[in-house]
Amino acid sequence: MKTIMDDTTRAIIDKDTVRHIADLSRLKILDDEAILFSQQFSQIIEYFEILNDIETEGVQPANNIWPTNNIYRIDEEHPSMSQEKFLNNAPQHEGPYIKVPQT
Amino acid sequence: MKFEPVIGIEIHAELLTKSKMFCSCSADHTSNHEPNTLICPVCTGLPGAMPVLNKKAVEQAILVGLALNCTINEMNSFARKNYFYPDLPKGYQISQYDFPVAKNGWLEILDEDTGFPQRVRIRRAHLEEDTAKLSHQDKSTLIDFNRAGVPLLEIVSDPDIHSVELLLAYANKIRMILRYLGINSGDMEKGVLRFEANISVRPAGSQELFNRTEIKNLNSFRSLAQASKFEINRQVELFIKGQEIILETLGWDEIKGITFTQRSKEEAHDYRYFPEPDIPPVFVNQSWVDLISTQMPELPDAKIKRFMDDYGFSIQEAGILSSEKGFADYFEKVVSISTSPVKTIFNWMVGEFTRHINEHNFDMDDIPVSPANFAQLLELFTTKVINDFTTKEILQEMFISNKNALEIVSEKNLLQISDEESLGKIVSRIIEENPDPVKQYQKGKETLFQWFMGQVSRETKGKSNPEVVRQILIKLLNKQQ
Amino acid sequence: MELNALTVRKTHEMLMKKQISSVELTKSLLSNIKNLDPKIHAYITVTEEHALEQARCADNRLRSMENVTALTGIPYAVKDCISTNNIRTTCGSKILKDYFPQYNATVINKLNDAGAVLLGKNNMDEFGMGSSCENSAFFNTHNPWDLGRVPGGSSGGSAASVSAGLSLFAIGEDTGGSIRMPAGFCGVTGLKPTYGRVSRYGHVALVSSFDSIGPITQDVYDCASVFEILAGNDPNDGTSLPDPVPPFTSSIGTSIRGLRLGIPKEYFQTGMDVGVESSLQEAIRKFEKNGMQITEVSLPHTKAALPVYYLILFAEASANLARFDGIRFGYSTRNKVETVIELSQMTRWEGFGDEVKRRIMLGTYILSAGYYDEYYLKAQKVRSLIREDFNSAFEKCDVLIAPTSPTTAFKIGEKKQDPLSMYLSDIYVVATNPAGVPALSLPCGFSEGLPVGMQLIGNHMSEGILFNIGYAYQAETEWHKLHPVVN
Repeated sequence: MKTIMDDTTRAIIDKDTVRHIADLSRLKILDDEAILFSQQFSQIIEYFEILNDIETEGVQPANNIWPTNNIYRIDEEHPSMSQEKFLNNAPQHEGPYIKVPQT
Repeated sequence: MKFEPVIGIEIHAELLTKSKMFCSCSADHTSNHEPNTLICPVCTGLPGAMPVLNKKAVEQAILVGLALNCTINEMNSFARKNYFYPDLPKGYQISQYDFPVAKNGWLEILDEDTGFPQRVRIRRAHLEEDTAKLSHQDKSTLIDFNRAGVPLLEIVSDPDIHSVELLLAYANKIRMILRYLGINSGDMEKGVLRFEANISVRPAGSQELFNRTEIKNLNSFRSLAQASKFEINRQVELFIKGQEIILETLGWDEIKGITFTQRSKEEAHDYRYFPEPDIPPVFVNQSWVDLISTQMPELPDAKIKRFMDDYGFSIQEAGILSSEKGFADYFEKVVSISTSPVKTIFNWMVGEFTRHINEHNFDMDDIPVSPANFAQLLELFTTKVINDFTTKEILQEMFISNKNALEIVSEKNLLQISDEESLGKIVSRIIEENPDPVKQYQKGKETLFQWFMGQVSRETKGKSNPEVVRQILIKLLNKQQ
Repeated sequence: MELNALTVRKTHEMLMKKQISSVELTKSLLSNIKNLDPKIHAYITVTEEHALEQARCADNRLRSMENVTALTGIPYAVKDCISTNNIRTTCGSKILKDYFPQYNATVINKLNDAGAVLLGKNNMDEFGMGSSCENSAFFNTHNPWDLGRVPGGSSGGSAASVSAGLSLFAIGEDTGGSIRMPAGFCGVTGLKPTYGRVSRYGHVALVSSFDSIGPITQDVYDCASVFEILAGNDPNDGTSLPDPVPPFTSSIGTSIRGLRLGIPKEYFQTGMDVGVESSLQEAIRKFEKNGMQITEVSLPHTKAALPVYYLILFAEASANLARFDGIRFGYSTRNKVETVIELSQMTRWEGFGDEVKRRIMLGTYILSAGYYDEYYLKAQKVRSLIREDFNSAFEKCDVLIAPTSPTTAFKIGEKKQDPLSMYLSDIYVVATNPAGVPALSLPCGFSEGLPVGMQLIGNHMSEGILFNIGYAYQAETEWHKLHPVVN
């Protein structure tokens, strides 16, 4: 995966990168979509680079700061959802199993 | 050129909690349940569902960490491991990344050849949730979510293992410790313990690390051994030929007996780990660790040493006794209430007693013969009230019925016959009725002695005291000459 | 009866005095929906039978006076990202167009227990991704003040339904302005609570670190009433706060004299429309006249709030939307596929709109190997600095004032082509969610016939102060009493 820096030091997310990301995201993507997204992504990411100007040496990431901690469930068993309800909502099932095409 | 394997192993152990890792569904998926009945919105990844951490799972993980000499992290937290697969309902697995429950531990395995202990370092032990179960059919795959969300502890070793023997010994020891702690049943057939081996090779004596492969989904000791051996050989051959070993993930084909490519490095999962925003961190203070460590039973190594010191057992004997905590506990219970010699108790436990447990497929918790009753039986044997043969018979009966030894002896009239007069009469009659065998014995066919012993035993329905019979037979057979 | 002139408070009085029954009220609203919603499209699903059933039960409770709350018999609507048992929940997306959850979100259970009456599910930008309600897979919602304009988003349907008198209150959800911005555009009151104050269990997650469910109402008193019912710890939500819920409505009306109003200088430097600015300045003067001390404060990292917000949004949303794979629920492609990979790829390509796909992919990108530190980790660090900004500001003041948007409601279609410019219009509302602080949005004027919204931003757990100040403002002004006439 490449983020190419061109002469003006703009980050460009190219079409192939878009395809690769789409793959990782389990999204099908058409050629013209890949081109359009490539332009839009590059623009967006470029705007976000204003973060690079902000000094964060020694700053803790915010997701290390929590208002609560040690939140648990007690280890007890409670039945919850019926098999019938679950299977009824599923696009495809075979007997008691969810069914999908081969992996 | 000699080569040495460089092996690391990841062991995934399902925890024996009542409920799943992040929801209150039953975690008992290995018992007979209809598919997709132990489920809820959380473990099936339905929209809007949220995970809440199972406290017991954390405690059990800490207990294992302590048993493996790990440092327990003061803070541990969860992360999302992102990838797509039909057995992963949310499209990510909640696992631990930067801050696992435990780290930097070790396990010592005694090398049988050298007698020296070998230390395998344990890099980390972390919590995560198990995936659903897939069954692959011809053109489709069926999914059962009963297992999805069951708590898993992943124990990761450093690549300190340099032989398949040590690999198996290490895996075995981990299994034994987990069983001792009561957090995993060790039942390989139910898939509650799974292995992944990381294997590379290098010239013997080198300190360099070369490319390694990862073999996934090894669900038995047998496949662990065979796959590792195969892969080591494969890599050595490539090495000798000067060919590159590709960094990749492999599967093991049990039937063909080969490893095969599952994923190359390019296709390797980019898990895109980031901290799990739905689960606040877990702070573990010393007093909690101390509280948890009061639950620590005597671990196998300590027990073996104590058995050797206190009872004079050899390391092998102590090893057999302590292979399962329940077995060792039973043994010690019997010893504490019995006047029979320890060696006798040992022999009967590892012999007939074990045979019956295996035959009936009992767990130590389910055995119908209490330590007190077993001790009583052995008393009768050691005091020669009953003989060896009868003892075996009675033990068999005890395993089936609810009766104790004394009840069975009196019911079936099984007292040992040691009376010389009555035995003498029986021996005489047998000698009279069998002139040919007598002649052959006297001519030198010594093996017939056992045959005579057997005949007497049969006559007395096994109740004859073998020592007394032996003396009488020797006297009478020689007298005949 | 002008239904959008009714407040929850007034209606409760009428119900208690038996001047009206819940069934009558519900029928009126359902009739209003039938007449007006074809023009507004505030609703995706109207639950007529269910509503009447609940109304009947509410009337029983009101008759026997047993277990009656401020919300008993009061009809409301809820944004369609909140799970309702056996009632279609779409998140404004094709991928959930026929999805019927098998459980209720905690907030729905709470409202049921309180005796409120669910009228239906509101339209929204698909998975909350949008600021105008133009990103719904089904239809646009129209601003009741001007049908050619957007109601704001993503809780556009919820704000519009309250504004047009199609429900007496609504439950919205705010990840980065999604309650406040539409409340502002539609001239109604909305609260984004402190993060963790209201359970998220059953809310279809967009950004787990930011999502906040909150009320949209005609005025501040109503807002406090509804919030009292919604707030509180939930053992099913590990991030919900343990603090008990005080009776907010009881402490409303205390004097605001001496309280300090902070003006974040970075917010007032650029970009606001003239009409918006003058309404805000008018409001500030009003607060000053009422004895509040006005002080200038600084939120130095304001410019960074947008990228911080969006980078974290992309990352978390990409993970939260991974479960939509066509396997266990929801839409699944009808096209012939050979493998499960294809099944999921096709399902997601067909089921998700463009903005959703964009954000998922951007999230995948920034979390990828090699980019994590540069984007996601950096954003989380700057987020800490933004939190610090608010902490420091709240040492100098009790509440901050800001607009909800640089403009009033724009025309439908005006911004849709350019995702970046859509993101930029969120500038005033995106800093609060990364910091977790609450904000109350209320109407503060009109510009060219369209409502102007302002927000009062408070420190963690300061909803009581916000309600008090907001209530005092509404005691002195009439903006919240003005309602659109929809024809």
